[in-house]
Amino acid sequence: MSDLNTTAPGETHVKATPILEVVNLVKRYRAVEAVAGISFAIPPGICFGLLGPNGAGKTTAMEVIEGIIAPTSGEILFKGARKTASFRDEVGIQFQHTSLLEFLSVRDTLVIFRNLYREVESLEYLVELCNLQEIMEHRNNRISGGQAQRLMLALALLNKPTLLFLDEPSTGLDPQARRHLWEIVRSIKAQGKTVVLTTHSMDEAEYLCDEIAIMDHGKIIARGSPAELVRRHCNGTIISLPRERLTMPLSQLPLPAREVNGLLEITVERIDLGLETLLGLKIDLSEMIVHSPDLEDVFLNLTGRKLRE
Amino acid sequence: MSWKRIWTMFKARNYEFFRDTAAFGWNFLFPFLIIAGFAIAFGGRDFSALKVGIFPSPGEQVDFRHSNLPEKFIKTEHLVFIGFPDLEAGLVKLKHHQIDFLVRQDSPTPQYWQLASSPKGYLAERLFESSFVPDNHGFGSKKTVAGAEIRYLDWLFPGVLGMNMMFSALWGVGYVIVRYRKNGALKRLKVTPLTAFEYLTAQALSRIFLLIFTLIVVFFGADLLFSFRMAGSYLDLLIVFALGGLSLTSIGLMVASRGTSEDFTSGALNFISWPMMFLSEVWFSLEGAPQWVKNFAELLPLTHLLRAARKIMNDGATLAQVSGECLVLIGVTLFCLVVGAALFSWNE
Repeated sequence: MSDLNTTAPGETHVKATPILEVVNLVKRYRAVEAVAGISFAIPPGICFGLLGPNGAGKTTAMEVIEGIIAPTSGEILFKGARKTASFRDEVGIQFQHTSLLEFLSVRDTLVIFRNLYREVESLEYLVELCNLQEIMEHRNNRISGGQAQRLMLALALLNKPTLLFLDEPSTGLDPQARRHLWEIVRSIKAQGKTVVLTTHSMDEAEYLCDEIAIMDHGKIIARGSPAELVRRHCNGTIISLPRERLTMPLSQLPLPAREVNGLLEITVERIDLGLETLLGLKIDLSEMIVHSPDLEDVFLNLTGRKLRE
Repeated sequence: MSWKRIWTMFKARNYEFFRDTAAFGWNFLFPFLIIAGFAIAFGGRDFSALKVGIFPSPGEQVDFRHSNLPEKFIKTEHLVFIGFPDLEAGLVKLKHHQIDFLVRQDSPTPQYWQLASSPKGYLAERLFESSFVPDNHGFGSKKTVAGAEIRYLDWLFPGVLGMNMMFSALWGVGYVIVRYRKNGALKRLKVTPLTAFEYLTAQALSRIFLLIFTLIVVFFGADLLFSFRMAGSYLDLLIVFALGGLSLTSIGLMVASRGTSEDFTSGALNFISWPMMFLSEVWFSLEGAPQWVKNFAELLPLTHLLRAARKIMNDGATLAQVSGECLVLIGVTLFCLVVGAALFSWNE
């Protein structure tokens, strides 16, 4: 996958001019290389995800691209050219960690940020889209984490951005709020906007992203659509069992298997043959789980670690 | 540069100030409390008086009826006599500088104690010695200064206003910016079209507006209670305080141009404000201080602000007569704003 890190401008499989192109981007903090020469191009209108565990360099890469921090080296092209001052007018950004002026109300905050841009979205539309009606008069320091995330998303959408950056957008949200956020992101994408998001949640990446770059230790280790990545890196079906069900040494099992967090994961090309083999070995199959491989398995295959480790 | 964005951030900061009721209230209450405290403390007592301990005395109130001390000493003005039962009790207070001089009143020959290093003790000794010799009225002529007397409170009032302005400018700008940088609020603003110059201009203008608003409320509120002397023009005074506020605000902006450590910023602001509080003649005059201290005080903008304000309020000076001080304040403002804008970072 190392070729993905050295993709030259224009070498992508996308025919349209990429809305965003990153070339050999490096960000180094003294001895630590947080971003180690990543390259990718994003065509307009898709949702592109940077997936990886905490500390993989996703947020740093995102903030360098956004212009929050300066790169050590590399190039970032927006609509085929170097970024200009208009970049800030055309992009919307939702940070993972940020805060707002604490004594302002949600309404004040929206109005104030609205006045900083030339072209803006209707306030009513944003309030409805992000479900802010009930907290409009609440002060920023008195809203919950989920409400703050929704407000941050509304702020990111205020200037009708063509490119939207979402850094871990669902962190801290309950399942219902998370699902609601995903629907908002999908509706934004349906309007033809491009979304770039970072996440360590494979569910989120699978549900929202058309294309994913998996990052680890500052590098992109795999890239493609979720289905492509699974097809390329995980063949077959996975049977999971509690480790203690296997009474023999793992090496003597006549099927490809590994132990992950106390579970035995056996990969089989045909589920019927796999189960037949296990039954033949008189292995207790109670608590067995059978599932198709997902991005978590892709990451595991590529790095030997789980995304959340 | 967009005035619309500056106006937007100006309003945002003002909303913050007026809605933070605790900080808002304190901005007004603090100077009132200081002035009221000094008015009460200085109302009936003379803190420059010498404190003389007398023993033996059954209570703090000294009974001189059976004392061997000279009448002239007992009747000396600006001496405060405090009674002690015995020598030990008096010495404890003397060693801790709580009294300046200690005298035994039942001894046929004078017996007294003092700290060798105490200037007030030395003066008390000279007074005590002179009380044993007759008065000499032929050595010179006494003349009293005519005209309205400037009370200590009249002299102090501009100092308290300036001090309040200094704290409000330094902490209200410097500390707040660092806090917003630390919690990411500035980072959020950075990704909008708002420029650093627009942001800093809005912060400075907002702070000046708030400082002047506070100043007017405190000035007239305190004046109602204590009737301060105002010999000059209110407009001139307003201009001087506006220039002083700008210079102090720009120092706050410069200190807060970088960094995310509130502790460091707090230390830096203390490092700047405490010398100003003691050397810019907020509380006391520097007359008699070593020349290098006076020279150092000239580097502090608060010195020039207070000097100009006192000249206007106490002596009726015009703006032209305080133009030197105004130029220094303008110079400090320009220097700090340029440096602050050059160094400013939204998130580092």
